Amino acid sequence: MILVFCELKDGKLRKPSAEALSEGRRLADASGQQLGALTVGASADGAADAAKYGADSILTCVAPSLASYSSDAFAAAIASAAKAKGATIVLGAATAMGKDALPRAAARLDAGYAGDVTGLSMEGGKLQAQRPVYAGKAFATTGFTSAVQVATTRPNVFAATEKTGPGAMESVEAPAGDFKAIVKEILAKGGGKVDLTEANVIVAGGRGLKSGENFKILEELADALGGVVGASRAAVDAGWGLSHGIQVGQTGKVVSPTLYIAAGISGAIQHLAGMSSSKYIVAINKDPDAPIFKIADYGIVGDLFEVVPELTKAAKAMGIGAHH
Amino acid sequence: MKILVCLKQVPDTETKIKVAGDGKSLDPTDVKWITSPYDEYALEEGLRLKESAGAEVTVATVGDDKAKDVLRNAFALGADHAVLIKGDGQGDTLATASILAGFAKDKGFDLVLSGNKGLGGDNSAVGPMLAELLGYAQANVVVKLEITDGKFRAEREIEGGTEVVEGSLPAVVTAQKGLNEPRYASLKGIMAAKKKTIEETEVAGHAPATGTLAMTLPAARAEGRKLEGDAASQAKALMDALKNEAKVF
Ligand SMILES: Cc1cc2nc3c(=O)[nH]c(=O)nc-3n(C[C@H](O)[C@H](O)[C@H](O)COP(=O)(O)OP(=O)(O)OC[C@H]3O[C@@H](n4cnc5c(N)ncnc54)[C@H](O)[C@@H]3O)c2cc1C
Ligand SMILES: Nc1ncnc2c1ncn2[C@@H]1O[C@H](COP(=O)(O)O)[C@@H](O)[C@H]1O
Repeated sequence: MILVFCELKDGKLRKPSAEALSEGRRLADASGQQLGALTVGASADGAADAAKYGADSILTCVAPSLASYSSDAFAAAIASAAKAKGATIVLGAATAMGKDALPRAAARLDAGYAGDVTGLSMEGGKLQAQRPVYAGKAFATTGFTSAVQVATTRPNVFAATEKTGPGAMESVEAPAGDFKAIVKEILAKGGGKVDLTEANVIVAGGRGLKSGENFKILEELADALGGVVGASRAAVDAGWGLSHGIQVGQTGKVVSPTLYIAAGISGAIQHLAGMSSSKYIVAINKDPDAPIFKIADYGIVGDLFEVVPELTKAAKAMGIGAHH
Repeated sequence: MKILVCLKQVPDTETKIKVAGDGKSLDPTDVKWITSPYDEYALEEGLRLKESAGAEVTVATVGDDKAKDVLRNAFALGADHAVLIKGDGQGDTLATASILAGFAKDKGFDLVLSGNKGLGGDNSAVGPMLAELLGYAQANVVVKLEITDGKFRAEREIEGGTEVVEGSLPAVVTAQKGLNEPRYASLKGIMAAKKKTIEETEVAGHAPATGTLAMTLPAARAEGRKLEGDAASQAKALMDALKNEAKVF
């Protein structure tokens, strides 16, 4: 069996989990295996959604003690379901939770782990993973020698393809005993916006913005385009009150949106590492020789303080982003 | 309190990646090696706990002789003990975690600090694996850490915000940017580091569970086109191109 750890939020299957499931379905078809979806929590509301993405069975691990996320409890639940079902491949999305629980589950299963993968295939009955290394400056093909193989799929890379499966529901045993660590509270700061790593459109600003307040013009453009705001390390480190969480680059988020707009960003190697796998890149810079233009599909040489508000205006006039 | 900080030696972020003749590893020519940036936050947190709570800080790296540089640097910053565990510093995460676990298991560390990601390999796995192998609690991608009475409270980064994780020591905590501002080594520290001894040891670990079969470079992106005119016409031309040419919207 290929087992996919699925995250539920507000009674729904999270999109990165739907993507992982779809990829699991593809691999299961390629290797003649069953696809199992596993949910863990105090309720299994939304677990049935897994059938839409081809799950043969939906395993629900439900207990009141699982209401809050716990690394060790969730890892134990994943490992024990994998053992019970004899799963040789365990997948999940490379989200904050997936990247926390699955490596731990892998160690519990004596399994190798490939994180944040952008491609998966079956070769001679074993899993192979394509993954960016050096923050996307190179790609590695990872092979496994362990019996059980664990991988997390990078959000926004694999398509969530609807394909109805039987989705037979089955409950599995919840981990017992005291949990070593547990989430006590969630301090949301993002105002409900999607995370950079899951965003389709990112409008990023650098030192050229000159102040934190000036990021407002980027937010307005991002809002018009249905996107979110990112920043270079120079901007984050400038003491402008920007959150570390929006830094893009080798020591920040590695992102691959459909559209990445870089305003007032020069294009240092560490920044490019984090965003050069974006589908389309737009650079706005007053320096025509800025390195960012070398990788941009569309370049605007000009003053961002004039160009960005015009972009917002043009987007609104054309009704762009209206479907978001 | 006894603290272990795991340090990984990685290629400098400026490195232009070239693939070696074997087609699957990094060509080491001209590569400058540094301490993985997130590990610097881990070490700084350990040193701050040493100063505020009287902890003893041991740093360890799995690597070859050249990895002694990261240990010497940690000595210069204030680490008490430094250990080179001989092995493949860039290898499989389960193997690395099991070596570190084997080293740590009988030493009574209350807190193990690591980076949330070793730059280059970009695995983000050794911390949680180490926690599991040691049977410790974990808090991953942490931007704020408080330790009182054998308990920890950590704020960790999640999508669109942070969450608060609580648990009891011993624990593995992996550092994220924002946790602290790492100090620089003083001249005095650098001089003192020269006199300190790096211990060397070998620890048996799990056989590698993964291996790199091939490494390739992404296709170079072609330079696109520049949009002409004043700001308003550039803006209209861009939106038009995004909508009708790139079909982004
Ligand atoms: C270990 C390490 C890790 C790093 N990690 C990262 C990382 O993860 N992410 C990252 O981004 N950087 C990272 N860096 C930093 C990186 O090397 C650069 O310093 C940084 O990316 C520069 O940010 P910037 O482009 O905003 O600033 P600058 O390089 O200062 O560029 C500002 C740009 O704005 C333009 N500009 C100014 N005013 C205007 C205007 N009015 N209109 C239009 N354009 C204007 C300028 O022409 C210039 O090109 C790292 C560095 C190190 C050493
Ligand atoms: N060879 C190593 N020696 C010591 N610590 C390591 C080693 N590899 C990884 N680590 C630690 O584990 C963290 C995560 O690494 P990784 O899972 O490779 O991304 C690093 O930031 C280090 O703190």
